[in-house]
Amino acid sequence: MSELTLTIIRLGLLVLLWVFVFSVVGVLRGDIYGTRVVSRTPRRSTPPKRQPARTAADGGRPGRRQPHSTAPRTLVVTQGPLTGTTLPLREAGTVIGRNPECALVLDDDFASGRHARVFHQDGSWFVEDLGSTNGTFLGQERLTSARPVEAGAALRIGKTVIELRR
Amino acid sequence: MTTISSFAPKTRRNVELALLLLAVGIVVLAYVDVSLSVSGTFPPDLATHGAGLLAISLAFHLLLRWRAAYADPLLLPIVTLLNGLGLVMIHRLDLAHGRTLAEGLALKQLTWSALAVAIAAAVLFLVRDHRTLRRYTFTAAVVAFLLLVLPLVPGIGRSVYGSRIWIGLGPFTFQPGEVAKIALAVFFAGYLVQTRDALSLAGRKIVGLTLPRARDLGPILVAWVLSLLVLVFETDLGSSLLLFGLFVCMLYVATERISWIAIGLALFSAGAYLAFLVFGHVQARVHLWLDPFAPGQSDQIAKGLMGMAAGGLLGTGLGRGRPDLTYFAESDFIVPSFGEEIGLVGLFALLMLYVLLVERGLRTALGVRDGFGKLLATGLAFSVALQCFVVVGGVTRVIPLTGLTMPFLSYGGSSLLANWSLVAILLRISDQARRPVIDPVQGARSPGEAKTELVSMR
Repeated sequence: MSELTLTIIRLGLLVLLWVFVFSVVGVLRGDIYGTRVVSRTPRRSTPPKRQPARTAADGGRPGRRQPHSTAPRTLVVTQGPLTGTTLPLREAGTVIGRNPECALVLDDDFASGRHARVFHQDGSWFVEDLGSTNGTFLGQERLTSARPVEAGAALRIGKTVIELRR
Repeated sequence: MTTISSFAPKTRRNVELALLLLAVGIVVLAYVDVSLSVSGTFPPDLATHGAGLLAISLAFHLLLRWRAAYADPLLLPIVTLLNGLGLVMIHRLDLAHGRTLAEGLALKQLTWSALAVAIAAAVLFLVRDHRTLRRYTFTAAVVAFLLLVLPLVPGIGRSVYGSRIWIGLGPFTFQPGEVAKIALAVFFAGYLVQTRDALSLAGRKIVGLTLPRARDLGPILVAWVLSLLVLVFETDLGSSLLLFGLFVCMLYVATERISWIAIGLALFSAGAYLAFLVFGHVQARVHLWLDPFAPGQSDQIAKGLMGMAAGGLLGTGLGRGRPDLTYFAESDFIVPSFGEEIGLVGLFALLMLYVLLVERGLRTALGVRDGFGKLLATGLAFSVALQCFVVVGGVTRVIPLTGLTMPFLSYGGSSLLANWSLVAILLRISDQARRPVIDPVQGARSPGEAKTELVSMR
């Protein structure tokens, strides 16, 4: 066996070892799992007044999961400490409250841990109070049972006002 | 405001398959390289050996697809590559010592590898959920203690080269300390998950360090005394260091308190200094470390250093160096053997593989949702890391040389068995960590519809 072949095999082995290492690292880069926690502080990042306008544009995009084109798709906070934050509605239900497990975690002293839930049933969206201390208000009315909500209706939780948008 | 969303991870078993094939390919190439360099011909049994390695690793891969579909895709290829390269190096040293395949160490190591993979498969198959291990917290402690003292039992224990860490059962010899490592990790994880609140919250604050209460010091003192006992009666520096380091690491991870590390390091320094004063073999090790070229002592480290120096950056090439000149070139000194033949570039690739292995273990610990799993995965990953540090640090004169084996690379059945089982447990925990969570809201759309669910407890 010639010396050249041996040298090629010897160096090829080193190259292949590093190819292996780098392909492992490449897989690592794409291998993301677990939970992602996104902190949003709208007052610092973007001016709050701009935010609703942008989210309205976002909401205009056709979504796949919603049954009707007129049904609301996003939840927008219009008043309170979190003004400007938006959240896509999930058909499985969106729980709102101060508990960090909620989909929308409120920073509001007047909200309960698990305060209210927005969920989807029979083609329309409903909101229900989860036994909160200070109540959930749809318009001026305090909720006692699950009520359907239309796009644009204002939902008040503590000092926070939330709107469902298309 | 914060929103929490969870990713649905992919199983990535196909990536694992591709990497596994690459790993086996590298091992086969290394095997061919050895044979070409030593005898100038292709190895006659290349097909059978290559197929054997491929079959073993593919069988394990299929088991993962079947039993732990979401397990980490990188652990198995990395471990297969390390084990295979270790086999090639042991085979190469067999050739240098003029041993034939039948009487050589490589065939024994291959048999042990197959057995180790089989046992790892059994572990993966039997332990469906790592949380069941928590039930055996104190059983694990007893098992670990028995395994540690087993070599001291007259009749079974064997003293090999000054260290009484072997047991002999008929023709087989076994190093129970390696398995004790896993049992200890299980025990520490189970124990700390119960007691960590007491360990981390109570205490007084002195100069920025929150010192624990005196009665909470008990467990760390017990671990310290146990590791000192191992050191005194079995004269095994490596195992005692591993045992104590593992405990301090897990204590720190469980409590997030730096004071435990400070206490651990202080106890370790005191113990090490005491051992240095009292025991002759510790003094010999320290002198060997400080001055490896001095006459009148073992020239093992010096030979290893010379070997690595001869290898240089790219190495002499597999089969072209003289790693067989060092004693224990296939077990304790397999790292200098590799350093000589594949050079610094190759050795660093190997070390990177260990880094990635440990990283996957720690990533699993981050991802898994229960405290016991987190601690266990951290402990297992850290024990591999510490063992690599002790071995590589020993042969490169960073720390005094101690007798530990390099996981997966070194010759030794007990080490292979223990480390493959360790990887099987890590795979099981990572499967739990990466498996997507079923959204609890999905089941009940509205309170009226919700039904009582029967949850099957396996």
